[in-house]
Amino acid sequence: MDLEETLLPGIGVRYRLRTSAGEVLGIVVRREGGAELAVYDRRDPDRARGVLRLEPDEVDALAEVLGAPRLTQRFADLSREVPGLESGRFLIQEGSRFAGRPLGDTRARTLTGCSVVAIVRDTDVVPSPGPADTLRAGDVLVAIGSASGLQELAAHLAGPA
Amino acid sequence: MDHVAQLLLELGLLFAGLSLVGSLARRLGLSSVPFVLVAALALGEGGVVPLATSEPFIEAAAEIGVVLLLLALGLEFSADELFVSLRHHGPSGLVDLLLNALPGFAAGLLLDLPWQGALALAGVTWISSSGIVARLLGDLGRLANRETPAVLSVLVLEDLAMALFLPLLVVALSGGGPAAAVAGAGLAVGAVTLALLAAQRQGHRLGRLLASADDEQLLLRLVGLTLLVAGLAQSLGASAAVGAFLVGLALPASFAERARAVLGPLRDLFAATFFVAFGLSTDPGAVLPVLPAVLLLALVTTGTKVATGWFAAGRDGVARPGRLRAGTALVARGEFSIVIAGLAVTAGVPELGPLATGYVLVLAVAGPVLTRLAEPSGARSTAGLPEAGNGGRRPPPGRPRTGAETSPGG
Repeated sequence: MDLEETLLPGIGVRYRLRTSAGEVLGIVVRREGGAELAVYDRRDPDRARGVLRLEPDEVDALAEVLGAPRLTQRFADLSREVPGLESGRFLIQEGSRFAGRPLGDTRARTLTGCSVVAIVRDTDVVPSPGPADTLRAGDVLVAIGSASGLQELAAHLAGPA
Repeated sequence: MDHVAQLLLELGLLFAGLSLVGSLARRLGLSSVPFVLVAALALGEGGVVPLATSEPFIEAAAEIGVVLLLLALGLEFSADELFVSLRHHGPSGLVDLLLNALPGFAAGLLLDLPWQGALALAGVTWISSSGIVARLLGDLGRLANRETPAVLSVLVLEDLAMALFLPLLVVALSGGGPAAAVAGAGLAVGAVTLALLAAQRQGHRLGRLLASADDEQLLLRLVGLTLLVAGLAQSLGASAAVGAFLVGLALPASFAERARAVLGPLRDLFAATFFVAFGLSTDPGAVLPVLPAVLLLALVTTGTKVATGWFAAGRDGVARPGRLRAGTALVARGEFSIVIAGLAVTAGVPELGPLATGYVLVLAVAGPVLTRLAEPSGARSTAGLPEAGNGGRRPPPGRPRTGAETSPGG
């Protein structure tokens, strides 16, 4: 797989993904949270055509659809071994009080008993993050814990500043 | 009529008029800047509606408009984006400077402007309008194109160069000799470097100092700090605009995002007032005689901008059609050409007012039209008006997109 990342100053980031079928998918992720998906013109491979514009909530929905099964798959096995243990994904919203602060500041384990086992950031995954790892808006926290603990954690992370 | 009533009525009429003009511009898929300028030319002295009472207010608001424009410009790009652009497209920036500033300077001397005025005209022809261009790329669905990073890099580098050019110009305009100008430029280089380093090392502290969950608090702190720095810079003989730009630059990217959102409406209001003030200070009768010179200069610097984009996109390995798209996209000049001209007019080179007004009027309209023509013929018919009309946001559902999609082999 061939994924190329280019900075678009003032706009966001552009990704170009060459699929094994030989087609090129262009993805522009705007820093406001929206995105554009594009395929390229055969005659002029520099030119995007058929641009699909997504608003931030639509981007989240798409990411959820594409990203959720694979990630939760990994923790599903673990959950099966320990009855009552479940996993959940939590988005650090734009303007969240935890954006820009270290993971430790959420006091997730103290308050809810849940462990944050990974931070998903764009295409990267930070496995087993430490309390000093800084959270950014747009990060997705993967946490495991009891069902009620996960609910509390969701409320805690989304709570007002 | 009493003074307050007169003031409010004038301003109310002014802003209502600007709204009409702006929505007309959007419907045509063009920037509102040239339309506001034309409208302002028609007002003021000998105009349809004399703005006698509100003129002092408009002048003060215009100063704030420049400060907010530059603050927003500094907030637009992060230090990382500047460094990356400089690394990949440093030579493009240099080509941009040489090809586009020199014709302006030469034209200024040929038109018998003092050399300080020629320097200002060089700035006017040099700087593309990042506002117009960025919006145009979004409207035309070009963000994913391969030439787009080159176009944006040129814009970033121009904006960074503004931070060095403006102090140089201000020193030159205030009658300082070459030595003072060099000292001013040296000071500017130091201040910009310091602001960028501060943003990288300590930016988060500044961000935390200003950050507040409350939009009102955030706005007050941000505008307060910016006006303080801008005022200080002005009193030190630099330009207030540069001080504001540095504040924007020094703020960290995480904070800048929210700052942009909160500041946006305020900036738009005051910036519009600034364009009005500039139009008011220009005598419409003086624009006509310089029109031939303006058209010739516009023609030459359209060619040089196309060459700049051609060169920059070529460095990224883009093929001919894309290089042409990049070149034509950069042609539009707008808000910052007016900012530069405004500085020169205030400093006592009034001849630049009509020149810059005519020049921006021509290229703010011709640039977007020209780059639409660079789209392949199938796409051209639909890439134009309706899409731009809805503010570059999502096109109405079910509207057919481009002809090229369905054409055989496309």
